Amino acid sequence: MTLTQQIVTIAMVVLGTLLTRFLPFLVFPPGKETPGYVRYLGKVLPAAVFGMLVVYSLKDVSVLTGNHGIPQLLAVLLVIALHKWKRQMLLSIAGGTVFYMILVQVVF
Amino acid sequence: MRRISEKGKFLILKKAFLCAFPYTIPIFAGFWFLGMTYGIYMNVSGFSFWYPLLMSMTVFAGSVEFVAVSMLLGSFNPIQALVMTVMINARHLFYGISMLDRFRGVGRKKIYLIFGMCDETFSINYTAKIPEDVDKGWFMFFVTLLNHIYWVSGAALGGIFGSFIQFDTEGLEFVMTAMFVVIFLEQWLKEKSHTSSLAGLGISLLCLVIFGSENFIIPAMLMILAALTLLRPCLEERKGEEKQ
Repeated sequence: MTLTQQIVTIAMVVLGTLLTRFLPFLVFPPGKETPGYVRYLGKVLPAAVFGMLVVYSLKDVSVLTGNHGIPQLLAVLLVIALHKWKRQMLLSIAGGTVFYMILVQVVF
Repeated sequence: MRRISEKGKFLILKKAFLCAFPYTIPIFAGFWFLGMTYGIYMNVSGFSFWYPLLMSMTVFAGSVEFVAVSMLLGSFNPIQALVMTVMINARHLFYGISMLDRFRGVGRKKIYLIFGMCDETFSINYTAKIPEDVDKGWFMFFVTLLNHIYWVSGAALGGIFGSFIQFDTEGLEFVMTAMFVVIFLEQWLKEKSHTSSLAGLGISLLCLVIFGSENFIIPAMLMILAALTLLRPCLEERKGEEKQ
């Protein structure tokens, strides 16, 4: 690829990303009444999206080979337990991550 | 139009920054790790550090930037690059729909808030409990800006130092998973009906098993959309019970 072709390729990636981020705001501008269905989606989608992001962040875990996802499972359980106990975002995240690092570096 | 003195404005910004910063600490860890990994990947693929630096700045969407490396190494095909990017980033459409109301009335910052709305930034800006006396527009601006800075600096450092960086940080990538679990949990604890949370989790898992890790997001999004549309009569009734 020439430099120009590289710049065009990167520009396409930028354009595609901008498109996915700006489209809802362009289709439903603040001046116009947003349809009830879209407002409904805006309210119920986030909960589903957070569930999807949890799965997305674990998508490359292989359950059938290697550690069978056991370190991830244990660490996720610890994050949940810590968060239910203290409900301190940083503590839950740091605790779970350090625990996971120990598991994959030392135990497994 | 409100007129605010220079000092007053500075205090508003300072307060919003101090409120936003703690929320971004886990993302700092995750983005430096992932950003450096990305920079190193570009470095060993034969690109100078300008590539990860400029790409992380202009694209600011992690997963597609990794894919872009193989696009740059392959043959020139701009249409395919565009289509692939839209497919990988399609989930951002959901973020936009969810933020239509929240980004209202934040002024010109809105453009940057939309530009910088990656998974992590969206999750924080949607769930954070912003105190009454903190300007929510500036809070979201600083969350976005700090995350952007972490990502770009991580990618640039990885690109500069490349394979010289020694990895004793195995497992650090889990910080992103841990953050998404906490955000899911926060949503779970504050909602009355768990239908949408469970639908998102269950459908994504099902699609992951059926379609595999490379292709599951689009079918999952379509099925979530279908499920929420079908459930609208009962979910909307439930919503009415909550004080909004």
